[in-house]
Amino acid sequence: MTSTTTTARRGGFDLRRFLSDNGALAGLVVLVIALSVLAPTFLSTQNLLNVGVQAAVVAVLAFGSTFVIVSGGIDLSVGSVAALSAMMGAWGASKAGLPEVVSLGLGLLTGVAAGLVNGLLVSFGRLPAFIATLAMLSVARGLTLVVSQGTPLATPDVISFLGSDLGDYLPVPLLVMLVFLGITALVLGRTYSGRAMYAIGGNEEAARLSGIDVRRQKLVIYALSGLFAAVAGMLLAGRLSSAGPQAATGYELDAIAAVVIGGASLSGGVGRASGTFIGALVLAVLRNGLNQLQVSPFWQQVVIGVVIALAVLLDTLRRRGR
Amino acid sequence: MSSKPAELLRVAGITKRFTGALALDDVDFQVRAGEVHVLLGENGAGKSTLVKVLAGVHQPDSGEIVVGGVPVRLGSPQQARARGIAVIYQELTLVPDLSVAENLYLGRQPRRFGMVDRARMRRDAVALLDRVGLRVDPATPVRSLGIAQQQMVEIARALDLDASVLVLDEPTAVLTETETDRLLEIMGELRAQGVGLVFITHHLDEIRRVADRITVLRDGRSVGVLPAGATVPAMIELMVGRAIDEQYPRRPERPGEVLLRVDGLTRDGAFAGVSFEVRAGEVVGVAGLVGSGRTEVVRAAFGVDRYDSGTVEVAGRRLPGGDVRAAMRAGLGLVPEDRKGQGLVLSSSVGENLGLVTLRAATRAGFVDRRGQAAKAREMAGALRVKTSGIEQPVRELSGGNQQKVAIGKWLLADPRVLVLDEPTRGVDVGAKVEIYELINRMTSAGRAVLLVSSDLPEVIGMSDRIVVMAHGRVAGELSSAGATQDQVMALAVKENNA
Repeated sequence: MTSTTTTARRGGFDLRRFLSDNGALAGLVVLVIALSVLAPTFLSTQNLLNVGVQAAVVAVLAFGSTFVIVSGGIDLSVGSVAALSAMMGAWGASKAGLPEVVSLGLGLLTGVAAGLVNGLLVSFGRLPAFIATLAMLSVARGLTLVVSQGTPLATPDVISFLGSDLGDYLPVPLLVMLVFLGITALVLGRTYSGRAMYAIGGNEEAARLSGIDVRRQKLVIYALSGLFAAVAGMLLAGRLSSAGPQAATGYELDAIAAVVIGGASLSGGVGRASGTFIGALVLAVLRNGLNQLQVSPFWQQVVIGVVIALAVLLDTLRRRGR
Repeated sequence: MSSKPAELLRVAGITKRFTGALALDDVDFQVRAGEVHVLLGENGAGKSTLVKVLAGVHQPDSGEIVVGGVPVRLGSPQQARARGIAVIYQELTLVPDLSVAENLYLGRQPRRFGMVDRARMRRDAVALLDRVGLRVDPATPVRSLGIAQQQMVEIARALDLDASVLVLDEPTAVLTETETDRLLEIMGELRAQGVGLVFITHHLDEIRRVADRITVLRDGRSVGVLPAGATVPAMIELMVGRAIDEQYPRRPERPGEVLLRVDGLTRDGAFAGVSFEVRAGEVVGVAGLVGSGRTEVVRAAFGVDRYDSGTVEVAGRRLPGGDVRAAMRAGLGLVPEDRKGQGLVLSSSVGENLGLVTLRAATRAGFVDRRGQAAKAREMAGALRVKTSGIEQPVRELSGGNQQKVAIGKWLLADPRVLVLDEPTRGVDVGAKVEIYELINRMTSAGRAVLLVSSDLPEVIGMSDRIVVMAHGRVAGELSSAGATQDQVMALAVKENNA
């Protein structure tokens, strides 16, 4: 009986059902419509591209965090790791005289290494993820300051390219974000590690008893998060053409917010790449729109907090209603 | 001259729908003072929904609820409580780190000058515990009590809140034989005190021991009320809607080579010198009281937990200790006793769960063959007759018996040489039980072997070819199940070490 009703619905596209299944998307649509009425400049191509660029850094960070959160963990270190990776990418070329591409590789490797350390602490050290990554948040930020001596470093061209526009029109960060959206969806949906993330987050003991090597998978998960953080760090530094010691401070919270707005559960086992993408867009659209409406930055923080709470509240109510 | 006992609770014509599906269909049900009224039915028959209506968790779409002669609306668990209806669920609602007394008076501690009056709380707790025959120090943290004792604490708390109707939702599913005896005894005493008890259980022998009346539910309808002393076949027939020829349809095979050899397995403080063999085509039962080390031994053999000495061999190959994946590669599988806690990923779909064990094998270069996995899952769900709207359905939404089929099915897809089933039919209804037994038969006729760990003695005797009985972490003896009696098994299970 149930199956016939589902197939019947599948026949035609049911917009209401689609939106109720994708609460964050519905919110994003409402937000865009409201802003295009209130702020005439909002819908301009240039502004929309801006929104995309603004979303890119948080989105890539949040894709990495999606892996961690789906598997039932949390990564508080991504903002600091992003800054450290970008700093290493800049330092390699400008201070150590490495070829630019090698320097970029050094930056990415730094992210992976930081992620591996997180993973080791969580899986073999049995530290709670919150604690392990909180420690890494501090260590990575500290190392960033040590390497930079507290002053920003200029990024090599290869990193600056990541923040530039193709043909003066198409922003590279936007493309990178879309590529990473694809990678994230692929990893979560199609790979062994991705499917293991859902199992581990849903029930770690059941995953272990089903022969999934939980400890090794956790290493993979946190390493991926570190790698994604490094990429996000490069995007941010590329836009500014400099790696700053205080860059991306607090971004881990935006990343977590994007994942949660996107419908993932902090208790693990639930979450999608597309949801996180929409979550990151919601945050970026909101910030951009509030700027357009000339809302004071002080109030912006208040509004964003309220939106996060509302998004998750609506999601919870929707689930309970089933 | 007999006066008819007071009617405490009556529901009439209760109907409840969930998104189209009819969970309760025009159900009538009464509870009188001083009776044990059993609610019987297969999983998904509507027992849980009815209990939740009584508990104020669900509100019926139509029908009437009358408490003590007054029509009422039970809009929330608090309102049901206030009307004297208390429900003890299988998942207990105690705070593990607080003491027994603190749990008994949680949120309503006796006070003096605004402070908790600990002395009085302790005195009251002792008196209250006495009512349910529980002799523990009220200062004991609940965590350190056994599950049976925790149930008693919860029952005592309900009684102190002046519950006149006490609903017990499958309390014996997690109890040992002796604990169950004790609970049934207490239920008798409460009945004598005039409490109306609603008792849900899948163990038909318990019903024969305590029931005054039995209401049987099937597909959301009340299909009959049986009197005390109803026979087991009568209960099964009413519940399933057809007669079941054989409760334990074991078809023995000729045993082949040894597939699993456990030799001298020892872990200090848990089990010692455990040895047994399982041959191809055999079902070997492992019986013993809860705490005898049964589960600990099979978990260690499968590599979940470590052991100090001894060996485990699968088809002649010695397994390294503490390595689940090595055990799997050698052809060993384990369906753990705690279905929800260890067997299934509840947040995932039926298909995902069915594919979990074979996930690695279905991976090429990091990518999972999703289409192949889905096809196999669909085939297995069909073969096991899992009642589901499709393999995309979250496994959380299935009934207990169907969840258990999924937990077993994911292992069948891996086709292990030896499958260890730990309490495979706990909380599973009669119909699904027989289907699980048929799965066991199918495995052994294909030359595989099954190690069946169970607290259900008739099941162990009925489905095994040989029975290993454990007591105090050791093998107390081995029986051929042909002609074995429950008494013989129990005699070994309670054997003292030095005997």
